[in-house]
Amino acid sequence: MGAPRLGLPADKIALARELASRIAAPVMEYVSRHTTVSIERATLRLLGADGADARGVPVPNLAVDSLRGRLENGAALYYVNALIAKGLTPGGLNRAIASGLDISTIELGDLERISREAHALLEAVFARIEANAALRRRREKEWEGKAKSPLLYLIVATGNIYEDVKQARAAARQGADAIAVIRATAQSLLDYVPHGATTEGIGGTYATQENFRIMREALDEVAEEEGRYIYLVNYSSGLCMPEIAVMGALERLDMLLNDSMYGILFRDINMYRTFADQHFSRMIIAAADMAINTGEDNYLTTSDAWEKACTVLASQFINERFALAAGLPHRLIGLGHAFEMNPGMKNGFLYELAQACMAREIFPDCPLKYMPPTKFMSGDIFMGYAMNTMFNLLSKVSGQSIHLLGMLTEAIHNPFLQDRYLALENAMYVMNNAADLGDEIAFREDGMIIRRALEVLNQAVSFLEEVDRLGLFEAIERGLFAEIKRPRLGGKGLEGVVRKSPAYWNPVLERMENRPAAKEGD
Amino acid sequence: MLIRPYGDAMDDGAVQLSFTLPAEDSPRVREAARRLVLALGFDACEIVHAASLSEGFTMFIAYARTSVGIDPDEVEVDEGAVSDCMSFEEINRFIREEIGRRVVVVGACTGHDAHTVGIDAIMNMKGYDHHFGLERYPMVEAHNLGAQVPNERLVEYALEVAADAILVSQSVTQRDAHRLNLTALAELLRARGIRDRFILIAGGPRIDNRLAGELGYDAGFGKGTYAEHVATFIARRLAARK
Repeated sequence: MGAPRLGLPADKIALARELASRIAAPVMEYVSRHTTVSIERATLRLLGADGADARGVPVPNLAVDSLRGRLENGAALYYVNALIAKGLTPGGLNRAIASGLDISTIELGDLERISREAHALLEAVFARIEANAALRRRREKEWEGKAKSPLLYLIVATGNIYEDVKQARAAARQGADAIAVIRATAQSLLDYVPHGATTEGIGGTYATQENFRIMREALDEVAEEEGRYIYLVNYSSGLCMPEIAVMGALERLDMLLNDSMYGILFRDINMYRTFADQHFSRMIIAAADMAINTGEDNYLTTSDAWEKACTVLASQFINERFALAAGLPHRLIGLGHAFEMNPGMKNGFLYELAQACMAREIFPDCPLKYMPPTKFMSGDIFMGYAMNTMFNLLSKVSGQSIHLLGMLTEAIHNPFLQDRYLALENAMYVMNNAADLGDEIAFREDGMIIRRALEVLNQAVSFLEEVDRLGLFEAIERGLFAEIKRPRLGGKGLEGVVRKSPAYWNPVLERMENRPAAKEGD
Repeated sequence: MLIRPYGDAMDDGAVQLSFTLPAEDSPRVREAARRLVLALGFDACEIVHAASLSEGFTMFIAYARTSVGIDPDEVEVDEGAVSDCMSFEEINRFIREEIGRRVVVVGACTGHDAHTVGIDAIMNMKGYDHHFGLERYPMVEAHNLGAQVPNERLVEYALEVAADAILVSQSVTQRDAHRLNLTALAELLRARGIRDRFILIAGGPRIDNRLAGELGYDAGFGKGTYAEHVATFIARRLAARK
């Protein structure tokens, strides 16, 4: 299914990519020299750290917190050393740590043996992760052509994982292809991942490994009945990006919301922390063959969708660059954008169409994620339903890949069961009724659609030039993105960033950096 | 004078309804849905559409008629903060003439709420739907602290910049989170003996002037209100205090 062509100049697009590369390079240089508490906790989780103590503090946190001052060497060394010294399995060691064992006090043994043991543990855990990816690929092949295009994506958010399961199954049976379990409102700012199944959360449901497992199992059951793969989505964002990526990999999540700058701008997380965490998390996501969904839609809820369209495109180039640097191929880079122009604007639909086709043309192999109108949704549910219809039509015509369904009650309450049904009914009607419209359209060369796309591309290039001139850290400090200023030493989580010592050792990085790099078009 | 809902004739009492019942669709359940509407006090009801949602849930669309009427003149309403609003220019002039200095406003989403749409609509330069935000007002010094701001930090900041008004936005209303957060801030200010230093204002899609008053706020701004409503209220209240 093709989107109408705009014929954007290839040299401009290449220039934007080159600028993004130059912008990312000093950040990657910083990233390679630093680790964070959550990278270390994610590493321990891959080595087997799990569980929590009687107060609910997770074992990876207990272990990493006990290593303050030594994290510059990497936590894996001490965890694996403790396994060998105590002659324990990871399960046994986790129980010992939960009961108060301090692994930082155990004398270090033979480094060769520690390395061998670590890699043996990782061999087993990556076999599980790769088996998950293989199962997904097998199912996708077996049920090829059954998933809709774009994938219809719905959110559940009851706070109770068992209630979420009911709503998610209902949504999947009604036609949803992807289910996201939105997280409890404050989870992005927790510097730990809660343990176990949870039944209470405000604004959403805690992301925990057990909750992932419960939802995965439920969706697999519906998938079998429907003969259609149901994608499970969660959030690798906030202060625990790397750990959530590990849990998603272990429990076969299919997509994770993961943006290189979202946490900095919209959650006031320290920029150094976020850049380090996003890179590690994306390496895990790549290893598990999961897709990321980036968060450019957020720029438009804060700023004006017409004036700031170029910041969306600029951020897409930056997100693409950081994702490629972490080994994600284009087919796993779900770049985001949104339908957020003022509905009162004359020809607003044409401009939205220009921008959606622009994203499609510039990132032809990326599973683009298109977000519905939210900013101008009001209590007028009838108008809201009409706006969602236009959004649905545009998404189909412009060949989007992942389509988050708009709710007619967006501005009123968490969706009712019937709201999701109405959203699906609308989308399935429109997308079937106009299935091949995109193939039938050719734009006028001198028309307002092509001119708008060119304008946004040119603005994005100028914007990237400005960011390149200042450097990304400085550009964020000055508020170039989303008109939000974030000082480089401000925000949450900076205390969890550690400069690596020359002796820093991380067997997960050793393993992943030895993987063949992602090839274009992979 | 009594008035009734209007469909296509005066006093026909026509009302449209839509709801979901936890039951499989069947002639019996459709009749049950109709009876349910009658039990709500309607005189007549027609179920015009039933759609099976899944796993034993059915959505209904119904049209019903009521003979109940109401006299708007007999209704008490707290229009409070929204009525008689000044324009952008009028507000700036009013502040210049009546207060004689810039008015300092601090705003934030407090607690765990991460939805900045509301506070941004009121405060950001650009504003919302062609209504400029407070940052654009020459006579207002606006500080938008963003989302997930602890109440303590908001209060410290307000003291630091000698704020005239504190705006608190709350969008998440699940399990009454908004009430708890708003109440906690009002109590914090009272406990520190500085409640009267600030004009305290709550905002959000589910907040109105009445609720704000109950929670100890000077005013509340909900759906359909813009920066000029908030600014008018602050300016008039400050002028009255002088």
